[in-house]
Amino acid sequence: MAAILPMRTAAEMALIERYHAEKATLPGAAEARAAAFERFEKAGLPSKRVESWHYTDLRNLLREAPPVAGETSALGALEFDDLPHRLVIANGRLVDGKVSAGVEMLPLAVALKAGRAALGVAMGEAIDSVVDLNTALCREGLFLKVTGDATLHLAFAEYVEDRRSVMPRIIVEVAPGVSFTLIESHTGPNGVAYQKNAVVELLIGEGAKVEHIRLNAGGDKALMLSTLAAKIGTEAELSSLNFTTGGEISRHQSFITYAGENAKLRLNGATILKGRQHADNTLVVDHAVPHGESRELFRSVIDGEAQGVFQGKIIVRPHAQKTDGQMASNALLLSDEAAMSNKPELEIFADDVVCAHGATCGALDDSQLFYLMARGLPRVEAEALLVEAFIDEALEAVTHDGVREALAARVSDWMRARKES
Amino acid sequence: MAAVKETVETVKTIDVDQYKYGFVTDIESELAPKGLNEDIVRYISAKKDEPEWLLNWRLEAFRRWLTMTEPTWSRCHYPPIDFQDLHYYAAPKKTPGPKSLDEVDPQLLETYAKLGIPLREQEILAGVQTSKVAVDAVFDSVSVVTTFKEELKKAGVIFCSISEAVKDHPELVQKYLGTVVPTTDNFYATLNSAVFSDGSFVYIPPGVRCPMELSTYFRINEQKTGQFERTLIIADKGAYVSYLEGCTAPKRDENQLHAAVVELIALDDAEIKYSTVQNWYPGDSEGKGGIYNFVTKRGDCRGARSKISWTQVETGSAITWKYPSCILRGEGSSGEFYSIAISNGYQQVDSGTKMIHLGKNTTSKILAKGIAAGKSDNTYRGQVSAHRKATGARNFTNCDSLLIGQECGAHTIPYIESKNSSAVFEHEATTSKIADDQLFYCMQRGLDEEEAVALIVNGFVKEVLQQLPMEFAVEAQKLIAISLEGSVG
Repeated sequence: MAAILPMRTAAEMALIERYHAEKATLPGAAEARAAAFERFEKAGLPSKRVESWHYTDLRNLLREAPPVAGETSALGALEFDDLPHRLVIANGRLVDGKVSAGVEMLPLAVALKAGRAALGVAMGEAIDSVVDLNTALCREGLFLKVTGDATLHLAFAEYVEDRRSVMPRIIVEVAPGVSFTLIESHTGPNGVAYQKNAVVELLIGEGAKVEHIRLNAGGDKALMLSTLAAKIGTEAELSSLNFTTGGEISRHQSFITYAGENAKLRLNGATILKGRQHADNTLVVDHAVPHGESRELFRSVIDGEAQGVFQGKIIVRPHAQKTDGQMASNALLLSDEAAMSNKPELEIFADDVVCAHGATCGALDDSQLFYLMARGLPRVEAEALLVEAFIDEALEAVTHDGVREALAARVSDWMRARKES
Repeated sequence: MAAVKETVETVKTIDVDQYKYGFVTDIESELAPKGLNEDIVRYISAKKDEPEWLLNWRLEAFRRWLTMTEPTWSRCHYPPIDFQDLHYYAAPKKTPGPKSLDEVDPQLLETYAKLGIPLREQEILAGVQTSKVAVDAVFDSVSVVTTFKEELKKAGVIFCSISEAVKDHPELVQKYLGTVVPTTDNFYATLNSAVFSDGSFVYIPPGVRCPMELSTYFRINEQKTGQFERTLIIADKGAYVSYLEGCTAPKRDENQLHAAVVELIALDDAEIKYSTVQNWYPGDSEGKGGIYNFVTKRGDCRGARSKISWTQVETGSAITWKYPSCILRGEGSSGEFYSIAISNGYQQVDSGTKMIHLGKNTTSKILAKGIAAGKSDNTYRGQVSAHRKATGARNFTNCDSLLIGQECGAHTIPYIESKNSSAVFEHEATTSKIADDQLFYCMQRGLDEEEAVALIVNGFVKEVLQQLPMEFAVEAQKLIAISLEGSVG
């Protein structure tokens, strides 16, 4: 009864070939790339038989590996255009923008070759095929070293007319005691089946405070894979929000490791889906040291035939005493064909901890709707009010008023569009 | 309070290594040769004088099993099992089919007396008249004796060993066997289908409320045997039955394999309550020996408004891999799962439930309490899913874990899948240790530490204990105290 290995898919073969063809010219970090490639070659693209990819069968979804997107100089409308410091990354390449005084910026290739940055440091003990793929093949991206308080907007925009792929890698090192806000926005054309595999690594120094906001407003045929890997130092704080509304297939994964005691984490998610969209939020919070605190709040609103997935795992390692972890995932299903899968996990090896998770799933509350309608609101407005309030709770973590309001406005627009269709 | 005191005292009299049920009964028994092949399957079938259709059913399962691989997804780690190094059939030699209790080997009866099973009818009748329990005892692989048969017959209830049922009620067995857990279901269930040796069969006719609690006691006695029993319970329209199984095994150094299948079928308005007190040998204080418990239990709420309720107290076994589930097919049917899983020493528990909502307005409730102590790992793994047509489905899940000591682990892995917007699912889980302030409060009022811990743990699992039939609730409470022995202080 030998184990049966599945046949390689066309996409897997193309990716393996691409690595062999490009190996010699990939910038720096040869060892990390080789190790990542070896793991990828062995495991292949994750199928639903891989526990952490159970609800997003990438092997089946990523049918082909399209060529890498070329350079572009086109610049369309971008998100959050009122933010002072913005870097525009088109088709994975930096094309425009400046950073503030406290931020040093290097192209990824330069930083890797010079040994200023390494790949996969923020992943901790986590291993993931999609990250491995990015590690093995990434060329484009940035290394940012933040030494003074700053706010930076990374505007990722794809300008492709055909099936193309982009694999950017951003490595951010935040010096001790610094406050840094990182905003990512991802946009792209509708109707084009492009693929994106973006990895952001955050290395947060002692006592630093980082706020991270990611907006996925990708094209309606896009396959959007993204990873946030973070290592949080002693007494440091990280707050991250992932807002998903775009893409046909999306998966955002967060791998957070506590590197020092008394660190705090807040991970939030807001997802609004319609049509046949599929969005997956997967997170692994690894309490490797004592006295860590984590709060996760994920809200999903699912309409049409869309599918939402939430997989959250809190690991408390032996000796990580006094850990306090609370995780919640709530979903609203707006149509009969919508589906939601929740898998909140606790993996606990220390006894003096307080951990809890909750997950709920259901339709809009009839009594709440009735209450609003009895006060004169038409049904659609009552529904919109409830949905906006539901998502709002997840957005509360965003401290920048303009960004928070822009995200909230997206929810209102989404509900308005729903009414009209 | 009295019961709590009693448990604490019981604990004091017992060493960590002293497994109360660790004795071997010296009875001559008939063993099948070690190993597994088609001949063994035929041997078992021939031994039991089975009809052709059942032999074919077994063989089909066996051929299927050969193509399957052992599941590895659970959080249990153990050396590979050599399926060829086991006896697949062991029967006490002198009891080919006792006509009455007098014919049963007195040594065997003594075994059961040690286990504290109320096997002899007269004893029970002389005792508490109001609480009668009918027992079917399974020794190694063969059903030894079924009590209270006559009285049950009057009510129209069929309660016998499954091999008797194959002979006496083939139409019922053929109609229902394998319809809930098909032979193709999973590695261990398929193995069981091929080599199952005995088990209990219950049929409650329409509209009958079974007049007494039914009970089975399983015991593995022979060395290097696997026990593969198969239980089939059918509650016809409007029927009710409460069933309890208890399990023990003598101490052995090697690990013994137990792979049972339980199938429950509830038709319209029927209710089945299935309770388990599992106390197989958990291995010694160094993690040597113990039972591997790989069990497939599933209930099918086939009829409208039917109900299946699982209650389990799991304190034994080196490894527990068990997910009693409910398929909620009938409109308005409901499923319940109440569980206490306690692990100590080197025990590994990966247990939970599945609630599959297929019908309209189906409801389910899950209450799981896990207690991990020593160096054990205790995992709750559960699935709640609503099918597209399961309009108005409702689930509430609560799983709490308690950790005692720094070397154990408690894990929660729920899968919650909803494909219907009107289905409402709620899940909550917590993990904590016994709070110092609770301990302090109890001790300040004059309890010593052990009493205080026993009190708090009993309070933690109280909601589940309340679901057990009364006679067994006290026994279960004692078991909990014994299982946690040596973990505090």
